Amino acid sequence: MSSDHQHPIPSVGTYVAVWVALVFFTLLTVFAASKDFGSLNTPIALAIAVTKGSLVVLIFMGVRHNTPLTKLVAVSGFVWIMILFGIGMSDYATRSWIGVAGR
Amino acid sequence: MTTAPDRHSYLDAPYGLKAWLLTKDHKRIAMLYLISITAFFALGGIFAAGIRLELLTPKGDVWTADTYNKLFSMHGVIMVFFFLVPSIPATLGNFLMPIMVGAKDLAFPRINLISWYLYIIGGAIVVTVLAMGGIDTGWTFYTPYSAIGSNTHVTLAIVGVFVAGFSSILTGFNFIVTVHRMRAPGMTWFRLPLFVWSMYATSIQMILGTPVVAITLALVAAERSLGLGIFDPKLGGDPVLFQHLFWFYSHPAVYIMILPSMGVISELVAAMARKQIFGYGFVAGSSIAIGVLGFLVWGHHLFVSSQSIYAGMVFSIITMLVAVPSAVKVFNWTATFYKGSISWESPTYYTIGFMGLFLIGGLTGLFLATMGLDIHLHDTYFVVAHFHFIMVGGAVMAFLGGLHFWWPKMTGRMYNEPLAKTAAVLVFVGFNLTFGPQFILGYLGMPRRYYSYPEELQLWNVLSTAGASILGVGYLLAFTYLVYSLFYGELAPANPWGAKGLEWQTSSPPPTFNFDEDPVVNEPAYDYNPSGREVHVG
Amino acid sequence: MANPSVHGHGPDGPPASLGPATHHPRQQHHFYSMGQQLEASILGMWVFLVTEVMFFGGMFMAYIVYRNMYPIAFEASSHELNVTMGAANTLVLICSSLTMVLAVRSAQVGSRMGQIVNLILTILLGSTFLVIKYFEYAAKFEHHLVPGPNFTPELPMGSQLYFSLYFCLTGIHALHMVIGIGIMLVMLYWAIKGRFTPDYYNPIEISGLYWHFVDIVWIFLFPLLYLLGYHFNGV
Repeated sequence: MSSDHQHPIPSVGTYVAVWVALVFFTLLTVFAASKDFGSLNTPIALAIAVTKGSLVVLIFMGVRHNTPLTKLVAVSGFVWIMILFGIGMSDYATRSWIGVAGR
Repeated sequence: MTTAPDRHSYLDAPYGLKAWLLTKDHKRIAMLYLISITAFFALGGIFAAGIRLELLTPKGDVWTADTYNKLFSMHGVIMVFFFLVPSIPATLGNFLMPIMVGAKDLAFPRINLISWYLYIIGGAIVVTVLAMGGIDTGWTFYTPYSAIGSNTHVTLAIVGVFVAGFSSILTGFNFIVTVHRMRAPGMTWFRLPLFVWSMYATSIQMILGTPVVAITLALVAAERSLGLGIFDPKLGGDPVLFQHLFWFYSHPAVYIMILPSMGVISELVAAMARKQIFGYGFVAGSSIAIGVLGFLVWGHHLFVSSQSIYAGMVFSIITMLVAVPSAVKVFNWTATFYKGSISWESPTYYTIGFMGLFLIGGLTGLFLATMGLDIHLHDTYFVVAHFHFIMVGGAVMAFLGGLHFWWPKMTGRMYNEPLAKTAAVLVFVGFNLTFGPQFILGYLGMPRRYYSYPEELQLWNVLSTAGASILGVGYLLAFTYLVYSLFYGELAPANPWGAKGLEWQTSSPPPTFNFDEDPVVNEPAYDYNPSGREVHVG
Repeated sequence: MANPSVHGHGPDGPPASLGPATHHPRQQHHFYSMGQQLEASILGMWVFLVTEVMFFGGMFMAYIVYRNMYPIAFEASSHELNVTMGAANTLVLICSSLTMVLAVRSAQVGSRMGQIVNLILTILLGSTFLVIKYFEYAAKFEHHLVPGPNFTPELPMGSQLYFSLYFCLTGIHALHMVIGIGIMLVMLYWAIKGRFTPDYYNPIEISGLYWHFVDIVWIFLFPLLYLLGYHFNGV
């Protein structure tokens, strides 16, 4: 498996290009938020944030060159927090289903 | 036996207090932890004695109600955060992990030392809270009482627990990197001792769970000190959200407490039966399964809290599923003993004791996992008995068993075997007498955390307190002969049990860098003679 | 078990991906090569960052729960935040991530001046973030948006929860920024001393990982806290 340090060093140009993309997406997300897309507001904002985050993780943090194990560790944090959100919300989202007054 | 060590052991050089307090040697750090957690265990035990003393009589006549609340709260905080969570990982884990994978040290030795200092600082803060009167919220810090109601030093206690939690995170993180990156040549994953697999699964839980309780308690502290009322019902907040966030860690925490014990038992069963562990792959896999599934069941602590019953159903089913990998282990250990060449030594006593008591504790968990039953059993002594069977009958017995098994390796001394067997029996008998009656008390409806009870329940309470006294004697006996052995015990050979494993290939105690020459591994784990005959290792 | 007297660097030796055995002055004794040391450091920092994800995650969970319970209050409260300052801070952090990665790159190619300049810029940008944050917080106090007895009565139930989360999330984030700046000052000192070379740059690389993580947290905080109510018109 590939090692963390045996890859070519990215050029300054690569990093600047990512920076340009991040600035662009920031301006895009502000612009998108100024409009009301109804229930799509949050998905759009999160999609842009995830894109920006991925650029930082993959290129600025160099994960695209890291070992598969490091990649797995990076993903696992995200997966685990989804467990907290998902199963936790399963309580709040279903409390009203029981049809009992006050619940 | 030779006297006077020319053993170039890690205990002898470098010499002096500063060399110990600034050490980077994982073995010395393990010993530092061993001393500290023993002290906290004793402190937690004193609070337990206070509780059991009160419960001898039906009325609340020894302590005030307030004091009683503080007793069980401090007992819980100290036992959970300062004894059970660090016990096996920080002592046996720190000592054995590098040796078992064939490395000279953990991946980050200085961080290992920092983790001990954080533990001490956290402990000092909690002792300070104790001196200032203690807390009365229970170790579970439920809101709104902890955030708004209690006028004890909750914020300071939270700081102490927070700091100790960081110690736990650093230990887990060190173990994960060590297992991945520091294994000796030939030490593939499936040649690793099962203790390493258990510690790895434990470390994953420490990494993923502890930060959540850290932030949750920090939010309670923020509510108390800055008025940022995230769980405050007056502001629209939900106190049950605290419970969700708290138990997201605290349920995996109980697996953090039991998985290392299971790892110890795997080692002891193989060594005491002189036999390859039955179903190595299943035992290894079950550790990982418990590590993962353990994160999906926290809602079973919230069944009667106003949590949605639909969520409750999901949690109930997954809770029953998580019992399966634990059962797999028990079956595999039993199958290992079958037709093994069993030697009845003190570690064996603790192992057999563990298997029976963990079994009962685990099965009673299924009662509690059933939502309908839990309505009656929640917050009764049934729950108290259930978790003490696992934590004391399970984790503490495994810790003692492992301590005895590796004592010659860690200290270079043998302890008094007849006394050790006596202590094991006392602990077993005392334990059962303490906590067995508590199942009955719970079934009869006695609530937990109450300092008085109806008169008809007195018999069971008296039996329980009597058992606690016997249990205490057993622990004291063990402590006494183990400390005595440090000074007067027979010098230990490299492999007193004739066991397999890299740790037995080096001297007792090991040299500072563990091995005189870098090990290379080319045999499977537990490669005892397949016919079960004893293998003589020089 | 194996005979431990064989010195293991032959065909049974460690994986080739860890590099050949080395004896670099910066190599710690328990590692067999600089490659192993670097890989262990990077893996270790990522494991730590996972704990940070879970740490912030608890607060994000509270945000999700309460936003679901009080959607109007959350939008109305978010509308009170200054989007310009928030966006400015986002851009400041993005620039600091660029300078950070350029600092690491300078170490990898052996440019001492590049490390120093980029680390100084990173520190300045991080400090700018904190200054802007200070002005934002001051404005909250002025406008009675701090939860407690002085909280404005004009916002609906649930707004104090929003602002409690706002202060906790941005406050803990700011604390991480302060720690990050402290770490960068140490890195700067070491860079000036010439400690980092193309074959040893572990500390600056893993510090960079930490810095980028703190940036990513803000990338999510900005839309969730500031942009949520940007189009809110009081209905």
